Amino acid sequence: MRTSLTELLGTEYPIIQGGMAWVAEHSLAAAVSNAGGLGIIAAANAPYEYVRDEIRKTRELTDRPFGVNIMLLSPYADEIARLAAEERVPVVTTGAGNPGTYMKQWKEAGIKVIPVVASVALAKMMQRGGADAVIAEGCESGGHIGEATTMVLVPQVADAVDIPVIAAGGIGDGRGLAAAMMLGASGVQMGTRFLVSKECVIHPNYKERVLKAKDIDTVVTGRSTGHPIRCLRNRMTREYLSYEKEGRSFEELERLTLGGLRKAVKDGDADYGSLMSGQIAGLVKKEQTCQEMILEIMEEAEKLLSRTE
Amino acid sequence: MLEKLISIVAEQLHVEETDIKPETDFKADLSADSLDLFELVMALEEEYDVEIPNEDLEKLTTVQAVVDYLKEKGIEA
Repeated sequence: MRTSLTELLGTEYPIIQGGMAWVAEHSLAAAVSNAGGLGIIAAANAPYEYVRDEIRKTRELTDRPFGVNIMLLSPYADEIARLAAEERVPVVTTGAGNPGTYMKQWKEAGIKVIPVVASVALAKMMQRGGADAVIAEGCESGGHIGEATTMVLVPQVADAVDIPVIAAGGIGDGRGLAAAMMLGASGVQMGTRFLVSKECVIHPNYKERVLKAKDIDTVVTGRSTGHPIRCLRNRMTREYLSYEKEGRSFEELERLTLGGLRKAVKDGDADYGSLMSGQIAGLVKKEQTCQEMILEIMEEAEKLLSRTE
Repeated sequence: MLEKLISIVAEQLHVEETDIKPETDFKADLSADSLDLFELVMALEEEYDVEIPNEDLEKLTTVQAVVDYLKEKGIEA
């Protein structure tokens, strides 16, 4: 399928893998890229050497385009931004902030820059700052979320900018991809679906919880602190939400989630880990290879879209 | 002189005009988050017919900072 996004990225399919912290490392990124999508390595809060190794390992596994997601609140954001330019990674996606100050060095290195946006104003600002595309991410997503849903955000962002729009949040199959295209997107970013791929190296307990999740099994913690995070319901979220209701202190809330993502991904602690996941987990039922997933999604989407032509 | 700016801030951040003083900090005093600040900047650009580049956003912390910033650009807020 050719869209303005596949033209921009040089990929076979208009599918990007989300830059999930602790999850999106070289084996997943390379598998998605090899399957014709765009794999992403998450720099998250990791230091320079770690991310450089991840980039190099990805290059050993694939000669197709891939990207690095840079979390702008990371203490290492400056170094990682420089690393991306030094390594001339094909694509950078950014989250948690305004990549304005890094734009020049990335563009000079020939990098395609794709910020995640959660509002129309931010999307416009990013386009003006030189972004090559934007990821319009609705609050159905897992992890840190905004306020607007994908259904609401994508068509408004598509109206507001001329660059390709990538829909994210709540997309897990070919119907989701087709619907996103109908809303004006040129492609999609998916996280939760790839979370349960065979090449994704998270702890099996975490995968199993995602596979078993039902439609209403995610909750949002941290609305009261201004850092809303979507994850699967467990003992931690239950305690967190009751603490929030009781108006407990920020420190007490923080203590509950400290290192939570590591506990989920590495230790498989399904009770106290932060099992970040999008709402679409309820639809994600099979562990497959990234290639099987992408081919299945594309086949379904193409069938649906051809009906409307 | 500040009236117009204060009314823009009030409208964009959904607060009362009477709560806004020159020293009011958007984040600390009006609990604005980063998305709110983008909305505010877009509104300022429209109202004052000025382009505020991305990298200048972090300078715009208070009402007075906005006034000073616009003044530098030759605009009276």
